[in-house]
Amino acid sequence: MAKSLLDKVWEAHTVLQLPSGQTQLFVGLHLVHEVTSPQAFQMLRELDLPVLFPDRTVATVDHIIPTHTAARPFEDEQAETMMSEIERNTREFGITLYDRASGHQGIVHVIGPEMGLTQPGLTIACGDSHTSTHGAFGAIAFGIGTSQVRDVLASQCLAIEKPRIRRIEVDGALPPGVYAKDVILHIIRTLGVKGGVGYAYEYGGSTFDGMTMEERMTVCNMSIEGGARCGYVNPDQTTFDYLRGRPLAPQGADFERAVAWWKGMASDPGAAYDAVTRLDATRLTPVVTWGINPGQAIGIGERIPAVGEFADDERDVVEDAYAYMDWTPGTPIAGTRIDVAFIGSCTNGRISDLREAARVAQLGRVRPSVKAIVVPGSQEVARQAEAEGLPDVFRAAGFEWRLPGCSMCLAMNPDKLSGRQICASSSNRNFKGRQGSPSGRTLLMSPAMVAAAAIEGAVTDVRALLGRT
Amino acid sequence: MSVLVKIARVAGRPIPLRGNDIDTDRIIPARYLKAVTFDGLGAAAFYDERYDARGELKGHILDEPRFQAKGTRIAVVNKNFGCGSSREHAPQALLRWGIKALIGESFADIFFGNCVALGMPCATASEAEIARLLSAVEADPAQELIVDLDALRATYGALVVPIALPAGIRQQFLEGTWDATRVLLAAEPQIRATAARLPYVKRFGD
Repeated sequence: MAKSLLDKVWEAHTVLQLPSGQTQLFVGLHLVHEVTSPQAFQMLRELDLPVLFPDRTVATVDHIIPTHTAARPFEDEQAETMMSEIERNTREFGITLYDRASGHQGIVHVIGPEMGLTQPGLTIACGDSHTSTHGAFGAIAFGIGTSQVRDVLASQCLAIEKPRIRRIEVDGALPPGVYAKDVILHIIRTLGVKGGVGYAYEYGGSTFDGMTMEERMTVCNMSIEGGARCGYVNPDQTTFDYLRGRPLAPQGADFERAVAWWKGMASDPGAAYDAVTRLDATRLTPVVTWGINPGQAIGIGERIPAVGEFADDERDVVEDAYAYMDWTPGTPIAGTRIDVAFIGSCTNGRISDLREAARVAQLGRVRPSVKAIVVPGSQEVARQAEAEGLPDVFRAAGFEWRLPGCSMCLAMNPDKLSGRQICASSSNRNFKGRQGSPSGRTLLMSPAMVAAAAIEGAVTDVRALLGRT
Repeated sequence: MSVLVKIARVAGRPIPLRGNDIDTDRIIPARYLKAVTFDGLGAAAFYDERYDARGELKGHILDEPRFQAKGTRIAVVNKNFGCGSSREHAPQALLRWGIKALIGESFADIFFGNCVALGMPCATASEAEIARLLSAVEADPAQELIVDLDALRATYGALVVPIALPAGIRQQFLEGTWDATRVLLAAEPQIRATAARLPYVKRFGD
């Protein structure tokens, strides 16, 4: 019988069926960061348990780390405490920590792939909802809470129910100036922020076939914003080419054996899906969110939609969004003035994102009224960007070039909005208060669109700036 | 070893939290995650919805006099409650505020799993039943809401609402096996056997 990748990965990692009917699922790679792990390690101490597979567990620091200075101790005492805690926990439990001194520090969902830790056919868990990113490699990767982090540390397993699968098939080449970010925002707009609850998303079709691994990561990253705990792309030659030569990927003859196994994990032709959605990429335009969840998004040429355009059970959230964002329905999104521009995050903080943003940045200068920051996703991304001269391009255009971390995506470090500021952001969530000010406002868009907004001081169509419309 | 705690029935005063897509950033803003324990999170539940920039109460339902009650509380919510960030701090904050169970139209997957791990049942009911329950609770919040996982019904005064829970999860609550660590570790030989079968664990070496 034809099987999907989810079926195969699930089968390979099933330890047993629990009496409850849930699966006891082996976790192939457990990624750990400083914010959602300290209580889990403390619970292990209280239970007097070791970490069962320390060599399948990898830690880094990303959420609270300052991006303006590498100096220790951090100015923020709470952040310093969290940093010291993960240093102590990883040391005491025998886990590798990629901190700044290692040269491999970065956002957990950026370093996993670039180190070659993220591979097809794995199950991957992390105390972070954007773990879905790793699905770009054909892994089944999902976010968990701290008690489950404890369970994975203790047993390398989770008690979990197998999700259903929705195949999302997108075909056609992306028009110039339209990016992977626009594809996933369009998908979430189409299926809604609840559409994926209970599902894994399998992304397929010629649009995804033609994407680079970094583009696929951007798409899979935001699966959770559509309600899907995980999303994946079947592994192909693009995947294998990306992994070849990565520091922790299999090497030499082992790599060839790995490719054979990886190929076998891809969904079979004729695999069954619980639901299928088909979309056309060729008609997409740059997408911008206008509301307070990532599904409230429109094309750059569109106007803030009227409440009557929404289903009954969405209208309260739409009215809430008008009030919070201060919109009058019918207003064009283009021309919306911004105060802050943020380029970075696990969604769009990789080298290809920075290249696209730099290409736009060199066409102008950041408006004096706009604070613009570029935060590379990892030290490796920063090194590559420096080798290509990107920081100079950004600085010359008036952007600040920062050290790697999650930064203003969730503002657990000093990078925050203040008051009612509006931020053009390449991150993943436009929730109320998300970027550090309880009344701050976020407009999600591609990194190129953020760079364009920084230059214009307002939301603008990057295609016009690039002379491509 | 932790003691098995069976949860067949949760009873307490209701707290209605109306609205779809209430994300975990709203339930607990990220700045409250900068701590190495979950202590004190109850006071920060829905902080930015409850307090203005000067720290004055804005009149959120959690602070309304008629919804103050001691002891166990049960939240009544709408669709996709707990979406967004995986932060367990969200259910931890609700738990420490007093909420020991939730009834709603639907819950985000990660939030739901986090609640199971904390022994907080999230039961679902139809849109119409939730609407009836919310109205009843808002009209008269002074009664006890009873969530019966065994009988799969919630009762509030004269109102009886059929509730649902995935069968396996329900069984975990009824048997007291919702705290998974020991259950999972009991299979250590099978865990190691599974790892040994996976070629990547040996880095695809011979």
